[in-house]
Amino acid sequence: MELLSGAEMVVRALRDEGVKTMFGYPGGAVLHIYDALFQQKDITHILVRHEQAAAHMADGYARASGKPGVVLVTSGPGATNTVTGIATAYMDSIPMIIVTGQVRSDWIGNDAFQETDILGVSRPIVKHSIMVRDAREIPAAIRKAFYIATTGRPGPVLIDIPKDCTSPLEKFEYPAPAKVKMRSYNVVTRGHPGQIKKAVDLLVQAKRPIFYTGGGVILGGAAQALTQLVRQLGAPITNTLMGLGGFPGDDRQFLGMPGMHGTYEANMAMHHSDVIVAVGARFDDRVTNNTAKFCPNAKIIHIDVDPASISKNVPVDIPIVGPCEQVLAEMLDIVKKDEVCLDKEALDAWWKQINAWRAYHGLRYSKDESILKPQQVIEALYRVTKGDAIVTSDVGQHQMFAAQFYKFRRPYQWVNSGGLGTMGFGLPAAMGCAVAHPDATVACVTGEGSIQMNIQELATCLQYRFPIKIITLNNQSLGMVRQWQDMQYHGRHSSSTYEESLPDFVKLAEAYGHVGIRVTNPADLDSAMEEAFSLKDQLVFMDINVDPTEHVYPMQIGEGSMRDMWLNKTERT
Amino acid sequence: MRRIISILLENEPGALSRVVGLFSQRGYNIETLTVAPTNDPTLSRLTLTTQGGDRVIEQITKQLNKLVEVVKLVDLSEGPHIERELMLVKVKATGAQRAEIKRSADIFRGQIVDVTSSVYTVQLAGTTDKLDAFIEAIGDASILEVVRTGVSGLARGDKTLSL
Repeated sequence: MELLSGAEMVVRALRDEGVKTMFGYPGGAVLHIYDALFQQKDITHILVRHEQAAAHMADGYARASGKPGVVLVTSGPGATNTVTGIATAYMDSIPMIIVTGQVRSDWIGNDAFQETDILGVSRPIVKHSIMVRDAREIPAAIRKAFYIATTGRPGPVLIDIPKDCTSPLEKFEYPAPAKVKMRSYNVVTRGHPGQIKKAVDLLVQAKRPIFYTGGGVILGGAAQALTQLVRQLGAPITNTLMGLGGFPGDDRQFLGMPGMHGTYEANMAMHHSDVIVAVGARFDDRVTNNTAKFCPNAKIIHIDVDPASISKNVPVDIPIVGPCEQVLAEMLDIVKKDEVCLDKEALDAWWKQINAWRAYHGLRYSKDESILKPQQVIEALYRVTKGDAIVTSDVGQHQMFAAQFYKFRRPYQWVNSGGLGTMGFGLPAAMGCAVAHPDATVACVTGEGSIQMNIQELATCLQYRFPIKIITLNNQSLGMVRQWQDMQYHGRHSSSTYEESLPDFVKLAEAYGHVGIRVTNPADLDSAMEEAFSLKDQLVFMDINVDPTEHVYPMQIGEGSMRDMWLNKTERT
Repeated sequence: MRRIISILLENEPGALSRVVGLFSQRGYNIETLTVAPTNDPTLSRLTLTTQGGDRVIEQITKQLNKLVEVVKLVDLSEGPHIERELMLVKVKATGAQRAEIKRSADIFRGQIVDVTSSVYTVQLAGTTDKLDAFIEAIGDASILEVVRTGVSGLARGDKTLSL
């Protein structure tokens, strides 16, 4: 058997898990591991400029590929800098492995240089964490970490390795990879057949059914099964912010996103439905509005791999704990085998009603010859990329506009921080997407606020030649904060503007070695965007000036039901 | 409503802090907590009491079950069970009080486990209610110090919480 040092075992075990790329930043406690990385060719390491970005890159990589992202950072500040990135992944159930260096074992607890109890710090935001105490534990720890991160409801797993455990001076036998077995961790592999049958029976009786599906469909590889089932039944469907791409966004049966900034028809249809099939969605407060007034006439079927998500916020009638893909496939089997149909007459009437809501065009906005509207920019992006780009976003108005106006057609195409709402996520996430799909067009929709939260990564983009297109909706203010201040604080814009302190983004992009394009005139938008996307091998930073007074609508009215919405600045439902 | 949740936990460093952390993260309250290894040294048995309605307790047990180190758990208060708590009480015992405290300890089936010329230390085991009743019977004025282990318990009859 081969003899390896602890550091070599880290690299070998990662390789054996199929890792090709990792994201990180070196420092004292991980220098042995970096030395082992230097001496092999299987794993490429992307050197970031800030550890937070390493976590977001690994996250973006995972969201675009379905495979776990891997982060390597040093102890102390290296580890604590990843915290926002870990929390972002945790909230959206993204599989991620974070390897942190720790000070040597005999110094732990002594307030040593760059010592932080990162296990303690990260405990509430990881699916699991493992402290390595002996170099011999490394291979099993890494295997266990991958198994836990990628099975059931996925999530980040952190492994903390003291420096002495990676010493090159001690060598150990490296055991061949073996299947992980844990008596205390058992994943549900199949939904209860009786419950699935009950769900189909309830659907058959429905007069106004709707599918409400979330990120679990994407993570669970269930998009195809979902699409087949929904098309077979002919029912309407809405995808949450995390679930966009789970069903083709350009399909007639798709009503758009539900929730706080959901479409008029999606929110109205949810509210008036009599049976909701929730799949891999968790009844988040950004969807339900006031849960006491949530969909008063609906019976709810909830399919989720995590039992704790079921009946957490809203009590459900038919819970099905199981992998979304398996449960949906089994439902489809029953539907086909038993020739199950929805009530044709009722469904026709339901679609008539939905189409009437649709005809209201809740997402309409008015264009202006002198200034661009942010919605217009996303529509141009959709046109120019032919709806085929991988789109990441930061957090704020631009995120909602992207979710509303870009019609995502496939899973892994839309990457955003939904649960935690992390500004600064978009650019590094786009870099992770570029690693996962080197030939794909990757666009990062951002704002002048969010982009400045991880703008240092423009340097990493140059080093590794990531040809990302950054679409900055520059409204010279923190748009979503400003919108709330307009609507709830009588327009008092407390700390949401920069007072002439914005950098010249074109010059900044150029200083980092990229191309910068500024658009101020609406007439120039399409040609500028065409130009940006024609530069296949270069990162292009588009600084697009948009109307700072624009709001995102519809907007649900707090404490109301799903159908209580502001439709524009003066009208409400 | 008061619940007694009993957990079989991997006896590993950090496992306890994950259980305790879960309660504070999710805004649940722990009233008492006891934990020690079982006859199988790889497993710890943890018993805690908490307050909550059915929906809250359902969430607590589901979230606890998600912790990787939690092997099994049971809500003992759902069925017939035996619960015990151990208490040591140091009380002033001078003059006529000495006999009175001895009598009270006997009535509650407690034992006096340490004696000085002015102090008795009483050991008492039983349900939380019984221990509370003893403290009330003695009266705050005489009590110098109280230490309680928190509730431990198991289900009555053939039911066991084991691998």
